Amino acid sequence: MNGAQDLGGMMGFGPVVPEKNEPAFHGRWEARVLANVIATQAIGWWTGDASRFARESLDPRFYLTRGYYEIWLAALEKILDEKKLVGDDEIAAGKALREPVQKADRIFGAHEVEAALRRGWPSARETDTAPKFAVGERVRARNMHPRTHTRLPRYARGRIGTVEAIRGCHVFPDASAHGTGPDPQWVYCVRFSARELWGEAGDPKSSVTIDAFEPYLEPA
Amino acid sequence: MAHDHDHHDHDHHHEGSELSDVALRVRALETVLTQKGLVDPAALDMIVDTYETKVGPRNGARVVARAWIDPAFKARLLEDGAKAIGELGYGGRGGEHIAVVENTSAVHNMVVCTLCSCYPWPVLGLPPVWYKSAPYRSRAVIDPRGVLKDFGVTLSDDVEIRVWDSTSEMRYLVLPMRPGGTEDWDEEKLADLVTRDSMIGVSQPLAPGART
Repeated sequence: MNGAQDLGGMMGFGPVVPEKNEPAFHGRWEARVLANVIATQAIGWWTGDASRFARESLDPRFYLTRGYYEIWLAALEKILDEKKLVGDDEIAAGKALREPVQKADRIFGAHEVEAALRRGWPSARETDTAPKFAVGERVRARNMHPRTHTRLPRYARGRIGTVEAIRGCHVFPDASAHGTGPDPQWVYCVRFSARELWGEAGDPKSSVTIDAFEPYLEPA
Repeated sequence: MAHDHDHHDHDHHHEGSELSDVALRVRALETVLTQKGLVDPAALDMIVDTYETKVGPRNGARVVARAWIDPAFKARLLEDGAKAIGELGYGGRGGEHIAVVENTSAVHNMVVCTLCSCYPWPVLGLPPVWYKSAPYRSRAVIDPRGVLKDFGVTLSDDVEIRVWDSTSEMRYLVLPMRPGGTEDWDEEKLADLVTRDSMIGVSQPLAPGART
């Protein structure tokens, strides 16, 4: 969706200001937000892509004025509320007021954390289909504006680039975010010249490369 | 996105007395999730410990140093980043598939995630606030030279800049150029020159003598 997350090419946010000796977390609550997001997602009732959609579909005014982990927290609360697992009244009360509509037969246990984080959740999938585009081929990113999750940034839409590599077949986030995954699709590394993306404002020696799912592309 | 350069709101300075509203809310949410049997607090502790103490840019620095001294490893690294990184024992969440891109005197690589915060966790740890912030995400793709200037890096106009706008499926690690004057250095010593920012592509490795 065309939400506040799609920031590439926007202006006016000011300089990048790195923080010296930045800690991993700015306060314990940030660490707990991260851990609760990973652990609840690991139950398997929703995907990481669904979590991303929950973040980008927050009110843009909220998204652009809050810190990263506040966004993560708000999105987790939104998912838990939609799935009737935790209500706002329970967070306000600081205790469970009713049973969750779904009981987890297995939750993310301490004994499996190390191995699970080490293994990760790879998105690559086997496929019988052949890739539609070849390395070196010119492709156009579709001018598409779904109201649902997509990994195609606005600045690339309608622009012509060149396939630089084929990244394999991966779970399609546009489907996986909305419960219709995995629907695996080929992923292409596509390079766009800065001039193609930004016109005269583009650096003549620069390019931007994105990893685009096959449904995002058409022959140019 | 708002960010907090001075991290003045550390809630652990006053843990137990006057927690911020958001800290109280997180504590309440975790209590409810625990009471409903949806999270195991011991597992949460382990997740936090992993990203606070076990995974960080030192891992990536070792990968880069190894590539600098071992051409066969470097070739494997550029061929399949995640697989070669796995040889050093690193991998997993947030780095299931990693591409490594090499800086040369003619090409400078820089990594961003304009849509969120994708970053190669197993080799760099969690992303810094600036990487997740609106100023970086908005400008890296349209004004990479300007962003590099924010980091004190000025590249000659004839250096090509390749910006990699990453997504969760493929995350990127920059292989910076080995600093001159380090020809007889061993891997451990070289790794000390490799900064986190040089592996994101917003700075260069330290010069020999800067940290020995």
